[in-house]
Amino acid sequence: MPITLTERAAAHVSSFLAKRGKGVGLRLGVRTTGCSGLAYKLEFADAVNPEDHTFDSHGVKVLVDPKSLPYIDGTELDFAREGLSEGFKFKNPNVKDACGCGESFNI
Amino acid sequence: MALLQISEPGESPAPHQRRHAVGIDLGTTNSLVATVRNGIAGILNDEQGHPLLPSIVRFRADGSVSVGYEAEIERARDPKNTIVSVKRFMGRGLRDIAHVENSPYDFVNGPGMVQIRTAAGVKSPVEVSAVLLQELRVRAERSLGGELVGAVVTVPAYFDDAQRQATKDAAALAGLNVLRLLSEPTAAAIAYGLDNAAEGIYAVYDLGGGTFDFSVLRLSTGVFEVLATSGDAALGGDDFDHRLFCWALEKAKLAPLSAGDNTLLSAKSREIKEYLTHHAEARFNAKLGSGEVVDLPLSQAEFWEMTRHLVAKTLAPTRKALRDAGLSVADVKGVVMVGGATRMPHVQRAVAELFAQAPLNNLDPDKVVALGAAMQANALAGNRAAGEDWLLLDVIPLSLGLETMGGLVERVIHRNSTLPVARAQEFTTFKDGQSAMSIHVVQGERELVSDCRSLARFELHGIPPLVAGAARIKVTFQVDADGLLAVSAQETSSGAQASVAVKPSYGLSDERITRMLRDSFEHAGDDLRTRALREQQVEAQRMLQSVEAALEQDAALLDAAEFAGIRACVNSLRTKAQCDDHRAIKSAIDELNRATESFAGRRMDRSVQEALTGRSVAGI
Repeated sequence: MPITLTERAAAHVSSFLAKRGKGVGLRLGVRTTGCSGLAYKLEFADAVNPEDHTFDSHGVKVLVDPKSLPYIDGTELDFAREGLSEGFKFKNPNVKDACGCGESFNI
Repeated sequence: MALLQISEPGESPAPHQRRHAVGIDLGTTNSLVATVRNGIAGILNDEQGHPLLPSIVRFRADGSVSVGYEAEIERARDPKNTIVSVKRFMGRGLRDIAHVENSPYDFVNGPGMVQIRTAAGVKSPVEVSAVLLQELRVRAERSLGGELVGAVVTVPAYFDDAQRQATKDAAALAGLNVLRLLSEPTAAAIAYGLDNAAEGIYAVYDLGGGTFDFSVLRLSTGVFEVLATSGDAALGGDDFDHRLFCWALEKAKLAPLSAGDNTLLSAKSREIKEYLTHHAEARFNAKLGSGEVVDLPLSQAEFWEMTRHLVAKTLAPTRKALRDAGLSVADVKGVVMVGGATRMPHVQRAVAELFAQAPLNNLDPDKVVALGAAMQANALAGNRAAGEDWLLLDVIPLSLGLETMGGLVERVIHRNSTLPVARAQEFTTFKDGQSAMSIHVVQGERELVSDCRSLARFELHGIPPLVAGAARIKVTFQVDADGLLAVSAQETSSGAQASVAVKPSYGLSDERITRMLRDSFEHAGDDLRTRALREQQVEAQRMLQSVEAALEQDAALLDAAEFAGIRACVNSLRTKAQCDDHRAIKSAIDELNRATESFAGRRMDRSVQEALTGRSVAGI
């Protein structure tokens, strides 16, 4: 299953990358940490690693390392606004339960 | 569900470990809050999408307050309790405030700082500023979804200790942890300099609503150094409004206005000024409370003409800062424009003419300071990649020193030294057996204490009784990154120490800083002579004291003729020390020195003999 970005998320990522002035795309991943075991990684990517899985969504190159992929396979990344706050949201079909804040999860 | 931000490669924060830090531009007219998100500095808007928070607070009788746009609307109705441009009052006394007569406020001359009587009680400028900061803090916390670890708050480069302290107090009152106070032009340079990574000498011309600041900065390999600053803390866009306001009163031949009409016409003046930035013609029309209608045509050229002197007023401090830095306009690689008032075309043109180049204005002049502060806050909160650290240097506006004998100033830290700075200097006792020393900290450029500003006094006790000049007292001046001074003194042999943190309760007005600087240039010659005279007088006193003491002790070592000779020299020196010719005093001192030469030799021989008598060589 591919990793995708909503159109809105892709537009924001593209504009952030343009303002940053460098970078090949967006890196998604997971780390084992946090109150529910796993946490998302959301970073600018300056280089593609040979082992990376790459996806292309609305013109944004999305990189995922092979260890992370099983945990986020099929994820859609959205950009949302909640009140004054704005940022990215993982819609991850693999998640069984997440901590209240949504910053960490397990499957 | 938390909303995530994109991090730099390898720097995804652990869950619940995000360190939110903001930059706050606490402006005279408008305030802003900014943060770095997804690697980019941006302004945090309010619910309606406004980036600016008008720096206006209204106090109601029931104790509630309204802030920003809400207060701005209510201002015309309730000018007395609606505080605008409160920054002008920070750390200031009543005497320092311009246009008191046109101000609708009921001022109370509080201790140290002016206060304002409102429907909700007497409020200090610190409390009013805290309301604005609190509003921005809440906006930031709601935007970032968590508590702030801290904020960088900007202040004009010319703010003195009292004004900086007042700003820090206001932030604390608003529940903000101040990571650092940063001068506004420096923040602007961060926003421009780092984004464009350009090295060289830059000038920052910041004409805000209420203050003018001009700074000369050197940007090199990631280090910012402020070479010189100058400005006028009582000049800004508000003065252009005020000029227009006065013009309207004059033209329409209006009788003294009610407070409400005053506010109405002030707001109208600002509107017309802004309109004339992009239009050649405008009409000044307003309907007063009495029903009387004001309707006046005004062209851009007329407006430029009537405010030309205000633009010219910014150019004098500009040239002065360049002189201070030892630079000419040709050395300046770029001029950064900051502050909404720099949008006025005639301001842009005057700056372009002075520097013979088009000024940099590609960032929004209203936002650039807050953006730079946000970048600094992000770095200080530890959110920056390793190896990208940068140091920020600021300067002190007036020299700091100590009073020495004769009312002279010994400067310890010189004007325009970069901050933070610590400097130690050794002083000694003036009298035999002196066991305490009074330390008087002063600020200014003149040679005499009476011409400088007194900042603090404290005493060092427990100096071991020694002959004059033998004790070693190390006095350390320390100015932190926020520009606040601490002075400590330590006697090196006994370790006795005393210290004071200088928190002046009352600030220096900008006019006074300017006057003190100007005086120091004008009186340079006088000061030099006065210093030479005072130095000789002090030396004469010291000499007379020690000769008198010696005569009392060891007169037996002299024959009658020698005794009379020394006496004559002593009397001559005592008389000459009263006159104001430092050369005459010097020659009398030399004379007494010669006359007592052999006496001093005999005394020394005798004390050596005394010390050795009855002791074997091995025992020494």
